[in-house]
Amino acid sequence: MSVMRNIYRIANNIRCNALKCVYKSQSSHIGSGLSCADILAVLYDGWLNVSPDRVNDPERDRLIISKGHAAAVYYSTLAEYGFIPKDWLSTYCQFGSQLGGHVSHLVSGVEFSSGSLGHGLPVGVGMALGAKRAGRDYRVVVLMSDGEMDSGANWEAIMMAPGLHLDNLLVIVDRNHLQAMGFTEAIVPLGNLAEKFEAFGWVVKNIDGHDLKELKTTLEQFPSRSEKPRVIIANTIKGKGVSFMENQLEWHYKSPNKIEFKKAIKELSL
Amino acid sequence: MRKAFINRLCELARHDDRICLIIGDLGFSVVEPFAKEFPDRFLNAGVAEQNMIGMAAGWSLAENKTVFVYSIANFPTLRCLEQIRNDVCYHRANVKIISVGGGICYGTAGFSHYATEDFAVMRAMPGMVVSAPADDLETYQITCLAVNTPGPFYMRLGRNNEPQVHAYPPEIMIGEPICIRQNSSNIVLISAGTIVSEVLQASEELKRYGISARVVSIPFLKPIDKPKLLNLLAGCNSILVIEEHISFGGLGNAISEIIAEASLPAKIKLIALPEFINRLGSQTDLRRFYGLDSSAIFDRVVSHFH
Repeated sequence: MSVMRNIYRIANNIRCNALKCVYKSQSSHIGSGLSCADILAVLYDGWLNVSPDRVNDPERDRLIISKGHAAAVYYSTLAEYGFIPKDWLSTYCQFGSQLGGHVSHLVSGVEFSSGSLGHGLPVGVGMALGAKRAGRDYRVVVLMSDGEMDSGANWEAIMMAPGLHLDNLLVIVDRNHLQAMGFTEAIVPLGNLAEKFEAFGWVVKNIDGHDLKELKTTLEQFPSRSEKPRVIIANTIKGKGVSFMENQLEWHYKSPNKIEFKKAIKELSL
Repeated sequence: MRKAFINRLCELARHDDRICLIIGDLGFSVVEPFAKEFPDRFLNAGVAEQNMIGMAAGWSLAENKTVFVYSIANFPTLRCLEQIRNDVCYHRANVKIISVGGGICYGTAGFSHYATEDFAVMRAMPGMVVSAPADDLETYQITCLAVNTPGPFYMRLGRNNEPQVHAYPPEIMIGEPICIRQNSSNIVLISAGTIVSEVLQASEELKRYGISARVVSIPFLKPIDKPKLLNLLAGCNSILVIEEHISFGGLGNAISEIIAEASLPAKIKLIALPEFINRLGSQTDLRRFYGLDSSAIFDRVVSHFH
C-alpha cells in the first residue's frame, strides 16, 4: 500500500471512530473534528517526532490542539497511533472516562488541555521559547480553528512570536470558514488571513487542508531555519467526508441519529 | 518590598537555573538586575497579560522551569484569569504570579489600580497558594518558598519603603500564621500583607492605653494551617480581622469560616474596604478615610471589645 493510501485509510478510520464516539455519547462538534482529521493523520504519520513510548521525552515535538472541541477526532487519532487503547474510545464522554468532550492533558499523549478557545497559541509560543532558550531542537505545533482567531490573546501571541525568532513554531489554522453561530466572515471577518500573518512577520503557506500529499510535502519542505515562525493556512471543509455534514453549521452541535450515523459510516466505508 | 523580592530572586536564580522571569512591561528600576544577570531567563511580554500567562505556562511545562510573572495591581490576575485557571492551575504549572501594589498602594492612580479583590479571586483558583508578605523579611522568605513549592503560587506585594514589622527574619512555613506580638490577652488582631504594620502600631497604642492585644500576621491566605491558627487563638474571645481588600472572599471570610467550623466561642469583627472606592488619595490617606489605619483600628478595638 502506498504511503498516501495508508494515510488516507488512517484518516478514514479516525473519522469513523470519532463518529462512533459522538453517536454513542450524543455529543457535539463532529463537524469541527472531521475538518482536521486529515491534518492530524499526516502530522502523526511520521512527521511529528513523538511516539507512545516517549510521551515524556524532553526532545519530543509538542503538538497543542488549541481547538479542543475536536476531542473525538483527536482521541481517535491518538488511538490510531497507539497512544491510548482503541477500546477507550467507547467510553468517550461517559461517566468516569478520561476522554471528555474537550482535550485534556490527563490523557496520555496529550501535551496540553484546551476547550476554551484562544489559549493554545500563547502556550505554544512559551514552549517554543523554552526550547530555543534551552538549545533544544524540538518543534512546537499548534492546531487552531479559524473561529478562535477572533480571540485577542492569539493576536498578542502572533505579534510576539516573530520578535523571539521562533522558527521552531508551526501554526496550522483549520480554515473551514464556519464557527459556532455562522460563517466566520459574517461574524468577525478574518479577511485574508495569510496577508495578516505575513504583515505580522510570519512565513505563510496557503494549502488545501484535505490534500494529503500537499499537506505532507508542505510539512516536509517548509523552511525550518528562516528565523521566522510559520503558519499553514489549511483550507478545509467543516464536516469533511460525510456529504450531508459538509459545510453545514448544524453539525457543530448535532449528534447523528441512528439513520444518519449508519449513512455516515457507509459513506466513509466506500 | 519589590526590591527585596527581586534581590532574593536573583540570589536564588544563581543556584537554580530553572528560575525565569517574565514581566508585563512593568518594573522599571526594579527588575533590571535580574534581566542583566540572566538575559536567557528573562522576557518582557509587553502589555499582553493573557499571552504572558500562556507563555509562562508553556515555558514552565515544556522545560521544567519555575517561571515568575511580574506585574502590578490586577494586570497579572484579573486580566488573564482564565489563563491562570486553565493553563496554569489545571496543569499544575510552576508559575509564580507576583503582583506589586496590592490593596490601595497606588492610591492616587485610581480605581483601575486598586488590587482589592485579588485574595478572593486567587483563593478560588484550584491548587493556588495565596500569599501576602507583611514586610521585606517575609517577602524574602516567601520568595524562597515560592521556588521550593511545586505548582501555582500568588504573592501580593506592596511597593516600596513599607515599615518593617519583623526585627529578625521570621520562620515561615507554607500556611502557617505568625504571632508577631505574643501578648497574653483575650483580644487577637489578625491581618495579612503590608497592613500588618498599621495593626502593630495600633497594638502599641492600645498597650499605652492599658489594653493588651495579640498580633498575628497571616502570610498565607491559602492554605491556612487551621490547627496552628486555632492554637494562636486559644483563650481569646475577641478577634478583629483587618484587611486591605473588600470584605468578600478575603482574609475575614477565611478566618470566620475556620472559627465557625471550630465552634470557637469568640466574637469576630472585620475591617475591610468597600466594594467601590471612589476617593483618590495616598495609601495613607485612603487607609485613614476607610478606617484601616492604626487609629481607626485602635478605636474599633476600644469600642467593640473593651
